Amino acid sequence: MSALGNDLPVGLATRLFRSGAHQKLLAFTSLLVLLVGFSVASPNFWQMANIIAILQAASVNGVLAIAATLVIITGGIDLSVGTMMTFTAVIAGVVLTFAGLPLPFGIVAAIATGACCGLCSGTFVAKFKIPPFIATLGMMLMLKGLSLVISGTRPIYFNDTPNFYMIANGSLIQWLIPGLPIPNGVLILFLVAAGTAYILSRTVLGRYCFALGSNEESVRLSGVDTDAWKMAIYSLAGAIVGIAGLLIASRLNSAQPALGQGYELEAIAAVVIGGTSLSGGRGTILGTLIGALIMAVLTNGLRILSVAQEWQTVVTGAIIILAVYADMARRRRL
Amino acid sequence: MGVLVRMSGIDKRFPGVHALDAVDFDLHVGEVHALMGENGAGKSTLMKILAGIYHPDAGRIEIDGEPRAIDSPRTAQHLGIGIIHQELSLMNDLTAAQNIFIGREPRRRFGRLDEAALNRDAAAIFAAMHLSLDPRTPVGGLTIAKQQMVEIAKALSFRSRVLIMDEPTAALNNAEIEELFVIIRRLRAEGVGVIYISHKMDEIRRIADRVTVMRDGRQVDTVAAADTPIQRIIAMMVGRELADEAPGVPDLNDAAVALEVRHLSRGREIRDVSFTLHRGEILGFAGLMGAGRTEVARAIFGADRRDGGEIRVHGKPVTITSPRDAVRAGIGYLSEDRKQFGLAVGMDVRANIAMASLGRFTNRAGILDEVAMHRVSLDHIRQLDIRTPSDRQPVRLLSGGNQQKVVIAKWLLRDCDILIFDEPTRGIDVGAKSEIHKLLQSLAAQGRAVIMISSELPEILRVSHRVAVMCEGRLTGILPGGAATSQEQIMRLATRREASMTPEPITESAP
Repeated sequence: MSALGNDLPVGLATRLFRSGAHQKLLAFTSLLVLLVGFSVASPNFWQMANIIAILQAASVNGVLAIAATLVIITGGIDLSVGTMMTFTAVIAGVVLTFAGLPLPFGIVAAIATGACCGLCSGTFVAKFKIPPFIATLGMMLMLKGLSLVISGTRPIYFNDTPNFYMIANGSLIQWLIPGLPIPNGVLILFLVAAGTAYILSRTVLGRYCFALGSNEESVRLSGVDTDAWKMAIYSLAGAIVGIAGLLIASRLNSAQPALGQGYELEAIAAVVIGGTSLSGGRGTILGTLIGALIMAVLTNGLRILSVAQEWQTVVTGAIIILAVYADMARRRRL
Repeated sequence: MGVLVRMSGIDKRFPGVHALDAVDFDLHVGEVHALMGENGAGKSTLMKILAGIYHPDAGRIEIDGEPRAIDSPRTAQHLGIGIIHQELSLMNDLTAAQNIFIGREPRRRFGRLDEAALNRDAAAIFAAMHLSLDPRTPVGGLTIAKQQMVEIAKALSFRSRVLIMDEPTAALNNAEIEELFVIIRRLRAEGVGVIYISHKMDEIRRIADRVTVMRDGRQVDTVAAADTPIQRIIAMMVGRELADEAPGVPDLNDAAVALEVRHLSRGREIRDVSFTLHRGEILGFAGLMGAGRTEVARAIFGADRRDGGEIRVHGKPVTITSPRDAVRAGIGYLSEDRKQFGLAVGMDVRANIAMASLGRFTNRAGILDEVAMHRVSLDHIRQLDIRTPSDRQPVRLLSGGNQQKVVIAKWLLRDCDILIFDEPTRGIDVGAKSEIHKLLQSLAAQGRAVIMISSELPEILRVSHRVAVMCEGRLTGILPGGAATSQEQIMRLATRREASMTPEPITESAP
């Protein structure tokens, strides 16, 4: 096997490039640079309370971005995660406040609602062949409207369910390790991240995520029921959005029906900064997590440096373009 | 010898094409059966039917003597039929092992993957193929040859007894082809039946037991590979009579050189291509699919980066790094895919004709002069005899031939005097074809220099003043046009591996 057998073993550098680890490295380095930079610039930045505030701020966007990552790896896009999050929060409000059911019912209802919404999007995309951009754009508007209709356009408060507030704001970790007041919201973010990363790398569902984004026709010709798997992936993403819905409702102790639009773009931004390819087939949860943290650190740091809110938005936009440019430049070199 | 597959009376129609007309084909245990024919002869369609990708309109398929309906790729897999597609269908972001077992991953409970078993199974297949490859390597980073091997491993993993290979060597170099042949011979010895689609005569001689030739959706004949002269196989492939006589070739020895290309190269696709094109000349580019003709055109036009080579227009060296540079130098390129690259199909005839020359119709304020555009469009509609109710007709409502004329008008208006036509009559009916041919000839008669890329040999012979033939990125020869050249001569150059600038008969290489 002379000609075929003599290729050098895949070098470490090649493997790093191919697996997208390079982009993750880039994102991770950027995160470190930001952390160091802000610490030097302001003594208030590197305080326990502030770090926890950053993590807490990253939790909702992080969970949403993880959901978006799943869909983006298949080569799709999900524009509905923001309003879907609000919708699941409103449903939790209906179950807990309007119907007065106990807390677990609210939790299950929110997650199940998200999964159902995801199944709808997935059905539009897989069965009716509607492009994901359009299908989820439609879902985004429908869910926004439904949230307003169901809630009567007024916030639903969770005052009758005192434990609801603890979902995101309590601290299981402090109870276990006194002196480490990391809120549950952050814990949930990391648990969701770990769970999704496991699903992506170790299960059939995860394998088909990458395969679909890589070459859908070839997966279909291999005898895989691509439609069913796509629907399953969108449903899983929806369920994760349901968790984000619980988080945000718990942090605000209310379901705010007017909230939500705009969150999908922040989530997609975190995914992109984390090195997931918008054309599908490539991406990691760790990258997305770092992406969400970069955005939270940026917002927090700029605020501590008293940069006006308007300018913070400008900087975030520039970072997104920079991140994607770095990714494109890397791929051209290959 | 047992019969593994018997296909009889297979019929298949696509809109407007009778792709397969009562084709018979059989495959024995432990044989390599070559399937040959020109592009569009129906080889790939026949094989896609056997692999369950297309469904036949009529006909019968027997596997091991039992009639079978192969209604999906999955059914074909269960029957032990594996296909390796011409365009590799791997998932670049997955590893070799993940590609091989896509859809059949070894699983543990709760949908968890057994990655260790997956890699072990893949490694076992590679070992059986004597292929040293880490199953965990992402496929996108492999050479084309290795990707091909992964495809073969995937087909073998189904315990295939029938292996269909659609031009497996198109992207391989000689050493890699040797490796492939070693594997094919080993499979044949184990009783696997291999269907081998290829255009390359020398390969057929070396690997095939029998040859079936197809032409225009019909099976011409099935012959033993060993004792059939290559000339005869080529004659069976080309077969059809020339409907029209060859054109008078004008004497262009004194004509000025319009375009000179020297040592053009780009990776594996274009290897050291040099030629000249005179004013008033039509230079036909013949070759099989993937020979590199379109790549040459795109490199000259600046649509693709090139590794090396010099381009001179009217004797002066020009730097072409983008289509914009090429258009400035007076080169127009009419892409083979009109709808995707040549036309804004949703817009009207007028807008399309003016598209490349909008500067001419724009006043200082940036306002378009619709009146002038209308006048010029009508001129060209008349001149090229474009059949359209008006210049406001959306281009998508025109026939293929008339769409092609709109593209031509666009470049004429831009004052391009070097025109490269890539498959100008693809998807155009017979009547419109001869109109396009006449148009090309009149463009040449007006002193423009024309390159015409075509996969249809009769068209090449009918229109060209000289014929350049390519194979695997090389220019294998330039033949005189007209009656001096036969289709067989072109076919010989189009299937020869080594570069040669003089047409000479193929010498048999020892197997």
